Amino acid sequence: MSKKIFVSGDEAVAEAVRLAKPHVISAYPITPQTVAVERISDFVEDGTLKAEYLHVESEHSAMSAAMGAAAVGARTFTATSSQGLLYMSEVLPYVSGARFPIVMMNANRTLATPWALLSDHRDSLSQLDSGWIQVYCEDAQETLDMILQAYRISEDPRVMAPMMVNLDGFVLTHTYEMVELPAQAEVDAFLPAYTTINRMDLDDPKTVCYAAMNDYMEFHMKQELDMRKVPSVIEEVDRLYGDKFGRYYDGMVEQYLCDDAEVVLVTLGSVTGTARVVVDAMRKEGHKVGLVKLRYMRPFPREEILDIASRVRAIGVLDKDISVGYEGIVFTNVNSTVADLETSPGRINFIGGLGGRNISKENTRGMFNELLELARGEKKEKIQFVNARCEYHG
Amino acid sequence: MDRPKVVKYTPPECVEDYPLGAFQAGHLVQKNAGWRVFRPVIDHDKCIGCLRCFLVCPDGVIDKSGEKLEIDYDFCKGCGVCAYECKVNAIRMVKEGEEADE
Ligand code: SF4
Ligand code: SF4
Repeated sequence: MSKKIFVSGDEAVAEAVRLAKPHVISAYPITPQTVAVERISDFVEDGTLKAEYLHVESEHSAMSAAMGAAAVGARTFTATSSQGLLYMSEVLPYVSGARFPIVMMNANRTLATPWALLSDHRDSLSQLDSGWIQVYCEDAQETLDMILQAYRISEDPRVMAPMMVNLDGFVLTHTYEMVELPAQAEVDAFLPAYTTINRMDLDDPKTVCYAAMNDYMEFHMKQELDMRKVPSVIEEVDRLYGDKFGRYYDGMVEQYLCDDAEVVLVTLGSVTGTARVVVDAMRKEGHKVGLVKLRYMRPFPREEILDIASRVRAIGVLDKDISVGYEGIVFTNVNSTVADLETSPGRINFIGGLGGRNISKENTRGMFNELLELARGEKKEKIQFVNARCEYHG
Repeated sequence: MDRPKVVKYTPPECVEDYPLGAFQAGHLVQKNAGWRVFRPVIDHDKCIGCLRCFLVCPDGVIDKSGEKLEIDYDFCKGCGVCAYECKVNAIRMVKEGEEADE
């Protein structure tokens, strides 16, 4: 039987990891991920999770050790945030290139400098090219569910790619909510023991993490071709999970009231919750607004975005990041997909939430109003900062 | 020495046929000693058979299956670790192209 527990996002991650039964956890604490790895450490200590917990000396070592464990066929878990993710970034393409299905939690936190501790997406979005699957969660329940789904997705022989489960630092890691905790037996049935031929084996010696000087390109062509098939596995696992546990997340993208929408706003992570409330309110007032919750950034949901873009008059992309010198990273990705349409809808890139700056309901309503005016033919700035403390001149 | 034989490498016909991560070990497609500048030469009269060199050779190219130790010069990279570690100085590093004076 599943049960209800009142936990923070970090604790939800720890509970999910206990249910997934990894053999090896290697992690280095960093705010706001710390509580998650502390709880997992407790579980290993009290024996409720039978795993090897490696207290490593850095994030670089955390990922390297996880890779070593994966190389002998172990199910592994690690977790990080912000500067820690960047410190382990050297190892991320090692893991994805060697096709080790490591699952990692990343508590989204901004990057220095200037220092700020709160949440935006600059850390994970800077690692889009690392060959990892990236999912973004809206609340603690989704995070728990996605940790469980992540193992099933990454370890699928058709996938064999590592997966980063992102949740907003503090907003999700440190706030409490009622979460449904699936029963162990149910999880065991959903998530069979990990087996792979991709490992060191004394009886059948293999080489792993080899050099492939002249074939390097083909290895990455294979990685890319395999990654293109991952969306169908994600949809499949999401359905399977929903059938078993009653919660469906619509796979790559959740479309909220998009069927007849004139304008839509694309969001990632917890801010989706605020936008949902605003969409409901504006719908009541008769505005045809919709919400696109972009769940996966890699692989990117091309098909879904194309389908939505072909139906609406304006798309706004809310980026909690900026690629300095250009625009928001999510916007660039959405834009390059939309460019395939013969006539593309109007587009605005809203940049907000940097360093944890609040994005209020009023701010969100402001974004929808800009989009509605754009749809009516008014001229609009293509890149707009949301809730800045002072005026700015582009 | 029961080292795997060097086999001819033919690239896969199609990208799908490339290995996913792990690949069969000991699949030798070329000899690998071209960068060696000094080669280790064992003086079998001095050698006391302690096998220290056999243990430390990072390339596993010292063969102990015969009566005397034998170095596989097709794969020895000339690092000199064996000579450095030999406690009785039974291994000398000789420059390639020069004769080991007996
Ligand atoms: S280390 Fe020196 S003495 Fe020992 S086996 Fe090798 S060559 Fe002989
Ligand atoms: S020189 Fe280096 S590679 Fe060659 S036999 Fe000695 S230890 Fe091995």
